[in-house]
Amino acid sequence: MIALKDIHFRYKKNKPLFENLNLTLEPGFIYGLLGKNGAGKSSLLKHISGLLYPDSGQCTVFGFDASARKPAMLEDIYMIPEEFNLPPISLSNYVKTNGVFYSKFSNNQLQAYLAEFELDESAKLSTLSYGQKKKFLIAFGLATNARLLILDEPTNGLDIPSKSQFRKIMAASLDEEKIIIISTHQVRDLENLIDNVVVLEKGNIVFNRNMGEISEKLAFEYNLSGVPAEEILYAEDMHGRKAGIVKNIAGHDARVDLELLFNGIVKNAAGINEHFANYKYEY
Amino acid sequence: MEFKENQAIYLQIANRFFENILQKKWDSGEKIPSIRDMAVEFEVNPNTTMRTFNYLQDKGIIYNKRGIGYFLADDGFERTIAIKREQFLEEDLPLFFKNMQLLGIKLDDLKAYANQKPELNV
Repeated sequence: MIALKDIHFRYKKNKPLFENLNLTLEPGFIYGLLGKNGAGKSSLLKHISGLLYPDSGQCTVFGFDASARKPAMLEDIYMIPEEFNLPPISLSNYVKTNGVFYSKFSNNQLQAYLAEFELDESAKLSTLSYGQKKKFLIAFGLATNARLLILDEPTNGLDIPSKSQFRKIMAASLDEEKIIIISTHQVRDLENLIDNVVVLEKGNIVFNRNMGEISEKLAFEYNLSGVPAEEILYAEDMHGRKAGIVKNIAGHDARVDLELLFNGIVKNAAGINEHFANYKYEY
Repeated sequence: MEFKENQAIYLQIANRFFENILQKKWDSGEKIPSIRDMAVEFEVNPNTTMRTFNYLQDKGIIYNKRGIGYFLADDGFERTIAIKREQFLEEDLPLFFKNMQLLGIKLDDLKAYANQKPELNV
């Protein structure tokens, strides 16, 4: 489990980013961390991985204080950042020098992932494209068998077949011990992989709910004409029509449109959250 | 798989299961792929396919043998037919009738159309 408790943090004096941030992440789930540029997503992920320390409050990861950066915790965390520098050595050399830090590292798994992504172990990292480097880091990260996997924009730079392979690999690798956090703007690529949607806005967690609950209580409509105004929680123009989020009155579980949901939360988080709080089963 | 706009993903996957059953790709009493296998196939979260399995188990279409996996019930085919018929009557048919009304097509017109196409066998 990951628990952030009463986190306060600022980069500059008088410009606080996190003021009393609280968040709990449970094993067995994939969390989608969404937020506009500058909302604090990367700072949050850095707190969890021990790369930033809170000014006050505590972040614990599997029972360890994250800021203590104990090797026993660090070998259970793998983070793939959006931007990275890799040394000009071969894939196999990189694995030899870095795999040793992870006691659960599995070479068999690595070989399977590399084969899936069609990566050649003898190639030099410096000769790979951005997308190939990313696939290599994903393969390496999964092979560490770290219980916490943090992926910042994992599908950026991946071609279409690789995105599909990525989803298959993620679906296969989630188990009841793992916590996977995916921070992304490419919601269409990943919306069926995510269990829980966490939205960060100006350093505050403005939304944190399970997909099952969302699909039960909200519905996503692509033509709002004829829908009574009091049922509409959010509306936007889409291809000349009004699309939006409405209250799920029919009681059929709806397909969640993450892009609409995110837009709706950015514009009307209070209204949407209020609907969850007031929701009653009506028969 | 391309998912449709409105229906929850776990139900759309359930419909794919129904197709497999109706097309006899899966036979009664036979073991079906695991929750994880199906998640990988559909590129969705395993918790989503678990909902599909729970839904089908509630309907009595599949059952779980502890530690072995999920199996299609002996009357899985019949139960699937019953569910799909109900779905057809309650969801597809009203829409179909509404379109007929909009386009001014009568039941007799349908009969005439069907008679011209004996291969439809309806």
